[in-house]
Amino acid sequence: MDLQSAQAIAHGLQFIGAGLATLGMIGAGIGLGILFGNYYVGALRNPSAAKTQQTNLFIGMALTEALGIFSFVIALLVLFS
Amino acid sequence: MADPLHQFKIETVVPGPAFDVGGLHIDLSITNSVLAMMIAVGLTLLFFVLSTARASIIPGRMQVMAEGVFGLVDDLTDSIIGHDGRQFFPYVFTLFLFVLSCNLLGMFTYFTATSQVAVTGTLAAMTILLVIGVGVIRHGLGFFRMFLPSGVPWYLSWLIVIIEVISFLVRPVTLCLRLFGNMVGGHIVMKVFAGFIIALAALGIGGWIGGLLSLSTIVALTSLEFLVAYLQAFVFAVLACVYLSDVVNIGHH
Repeated sequence: MDLQSAQAIAHGLQFIGAGLATLGMIGAGIGLGILFGNYYVGALRNPSAAKTQQTNLFIGMALTEALGIFSFVIALLVLFS
Repeated sequence: MADPLHQFKIETVVPGPAFDVGGLHIDLSITNSVLAMMIAVGLTLLFFVLSTARASIIPGRMQVMAEGVFGLVDDLTDSIIGHDGRQFFPYVFTLFLFVLSCNLLGMFTYFTATSQVAVTGTLAAMTILLVIGVGVIRHGLGFFRMFLPSGVPWYLSWLIVIIEVISFLVRPVTLCLRLFGNMVGGHIVMKVFAGFIIALAALGIGGWIGGLLSLSTIVALTSLEFLVAYLQAFVFAVLACVYLSDVVNIGHH
């Protein structure tokens, strides 16, 4: 295999790697589903307390989402470095 | 098809002086990123000057909007930080308005300033330096008690300290990357779907149906992005409050 085709293959593998890196978002998706699902279960049982827990909901959302964003950033790094 | 990442390209609008300070290259040109931030700050200032110019006891429409934003952040600092929250209100309010106006400007014009790691990184570094500064000034060396919550058994304390230190060090990184990732991700998805419309419509009648589908998707995505623009500014403010509350109320929880 000559150098040029090896480089072309390496460039193609970069895209596959970036795609694989975004698989980390699966976890964040599941986490967000559990988070909001449980929030609504609690909110429908006791609607008067729902408003007070909204800030906590957003904190949880931010922390969960951050892990998904990490995999997105890694994908960008793989793609452009 | 145009590159969906082209929108994040920094271009010089007004060339300025560039010089080297100790091997560090400093370019004082006004780029489109700087211009977007200037417009965002200018519009925010204009809004608050206009809305509070003739403040009355019975507020008009503009005044209700301004008071609503003010009250939102005031509630936030008060409920999260507690008694001392008022001191940090100006910082959190500025942070919230800056991030919100930059995000919203990105939805209307050609450039999103918060999609640059340099901008979000600066905001995160400012926040975490303020947190450390407040902690050291208020508690001195007692600041380090933050890493050991009370009531932890001695045989677990070494593990808890390591985990707490790591979680503290990761905070500015997540603060920076969350805003950056959300803005970049959202805008890329929108431009990718916009590219689909043109690519599919070029295929003929059958492609038009696909093009219409992506057009309706982009309408839905745009409204979602407006929500995200607000939510990320809110989350940034909430997390700044939470981190500040951690150091302000070290012994109280």
